[in-house]
Amino acid sequence: MKPPSSDPLRNEESPGVPGFRSWRGVYLFVFLFFIVCVVLLALLSRAFA
Amino acid sequence: MNLFDWVVLIGTMVGIAVYGAWRTRHTDNLNTYLKGNHNTGWLTIGLSVMATQASTITYLSLPGQAYENGIAFIQNYFGLPLALIIVCAVFLPIYRKLGVYTAYEYLGKRFDTKTRLLGATLFLLQRGLQAGVTIYAPAIILSTVLGWRLDLTIIFTGLLVIVYTVTGGSAAVNLTQKWQMAVIFGGMITAFVVLLTKLPPDAIHIAGAMGKLEGVDFTPDLKRRYTIWSGLLGGFFLSLSYFGSDQSQVQRYIGGAGLREGRLGLMFNAMFKIPMQFFIVMLGALLFVFYQFQPNTPVFFNQTEWQRHAQGPQAATFRAVEEKHTALHADKQNKIRAWVSARDSGEAGAEEKARAAMVAAQKASVAVHQEARDALRAVDPKAKVKDSDYVFITFILTQLPHGVIGLLIAVMFASALSSKAGELNALGTTSTIDLWRHFRPLAAHDEARNVRNAKFFTALWGFFAIGFALFISFAENLIEALNIVASIFYPALLGVFVVAFFLKKVGASAVFWAALSAQLLVITLFFLGKAYPAREIGYLWLNPIGCTACVVFSLVLQAIIGGKSPPDARTVPAA
Repeated sequence: MKPPSSDPLRNEESPGVPGFRSWRGVYLFVFLFFIVCVVLLALLSRAFA
Repeated sequence: MNLFDWVVLIGTMVGIAVYGAWRTRHTDNLNTYLKGNHNTGWLTIGLSVMATQASTITYLSLPGQAYENGIAFIQNYFGLPLALIIVCAVFLPIYRKLGVYTAYEYLGKRFDTKTRLLGATLFLLQRGLQAGVTIYAPAIILSTVLGWRLDLTIIFTGLLVIVYTVTGGSAAVNLTQKWQMAVIFGGMITAFVVLLTKLPPDAIHIAGAMGKLEGVDFTPDLKRRYTIWSGLLGGFFLSLSYFGSDQSQVQRYIGGAGLREGRLGLMFNAMFKIPMQFFIVMLGALLFVFYQFQPNTPVFFNQTEWQRHAQGPQAATFRAVEEKHTALHADKQNKIRAWVSARDSGEAGAEEKARAAMVAAQKASVAVHQEARDALRAVDPKAKVKDSDYVFITFILTQLPHGVIGLLIAVMFASALSSKAGELNALGTTSTIDLWRHFRPLAAHDEARNVRNAKFFTALWGFFAIGFALFISFAENLIEALNIVASIFYPALLGVFVVAFFLKKVGASAVFWAALSAQLLVITLFFLGKAYPAREIGYLWLNPIGCTACVVFSLVLQAIIGGKSPPDARTVPAA
């Protein structure tokens, strides 16, 4: 039996979200979405300054 | 407001409260009462988390803040998605694994009773007082504008939330928050659409040229209140402490059908919080443009306060300020139109010149606004000189059609009720689980008695909040003091949780004294900032400082105390 991982971001169960096989993938997606939001905001600030 | 507005307002508010109380009236199981129905889905959890965090201040004051200072405030939320990922990956699985009712119960299992009581007491103190402000803040604005009696508004709002929160506990809170969020989204989107129909075609360019769309500030300046750095680092620690260690949030996501539902509910917030806040601050920035083209834009938006003093012995001063504002406002309008024409012509030199004239007119306008505030303060030192909270409500009452006015007032009440319900629910739970059950351990197995006590404590905190809100009206500067208390008590508490989750070798005594020392450091820094304003740092920075201090002090104290890892650290999960 595989010993439990000490990685806090480990996949403990399937997220059950289409397109994602692990929670790590969900977190990465959310993080990338956040980066896109910040970049878009910075572009908005620059475009209309 | 006419009869139609009243029907929409009362129907929405009372309807949701009665529905929530009726649907959950048979809740007599402790787990359901404290954590909600076991089949609660991720969307309900996500909306519940969102509803608890966003109070009326979010929907009423934030557009006003953006009207005055632009959309820079949104940077405060930059740390939130990152903090939620940590809560989701580390905090939530451990809370669920241990099956705790409160976050402080975990501290008791991981460390000892005194650390658990320290956490619970800090939470009860600051959240208990905040619950009074949650009712008072919207009541003072709405009663001022609508001419309602402040005490009756506070009592009505307070009693309504007590009824369904006591009846159904977490199950009722989750259920009502879902519908209240539907009202909030519906109302805010309607207001936004109506505003868009009233704006000139170049509205967004005007907002940008007037400096209202500076959403990201990369300046590495600690004294600036809102920059990407303070938002990322300070906002991260603030969000981590709020979502990870404040029971009013923890209680929203530890229930549900499974770990998956809690996680998806949190990820829903991590994704949609920034877009939602963007939408609200954009509403404020566009309201600014709208009022540039209104002939009767007031010099001071809290007209009740203004008129109260404008009729008095200093009437001539007030009239002079009003006349100055009217002349400047007309002049600014012309300069904005001139800038739009110059911009459309494509001549860079003319556009630059017109922009400088427009910005100068805006500066003059801000100076007259300051004169208006000074005039109010000169007449009455206790006068309410902050009018940005009244910008959006003025728009609602003067520009929206009947029915929609009722809906938007319902939005303000729905947001007050939903955040207050989350707070009361958490206060009742913490009082029962961390205090009452601790001091009456023999009664812990009597489930019916536990539910009765949870209901009793929830009601008690509800009545305390009403009483406190009524008392605040006699001591308004308490609100600021309470907000400060909240912001300086979170960091050390977060430090305790960070140590609990990530530093297995640190034991109870080390973390307890480290938390107290870190708390002392934060309070000292805060008061030093007040004593020497030139060196004061933005309050968001206190969060990383206090949390880091608690962690470092814990490690140092543990090294001094020495010995092996405490036995509890080996048996209770950490990350």
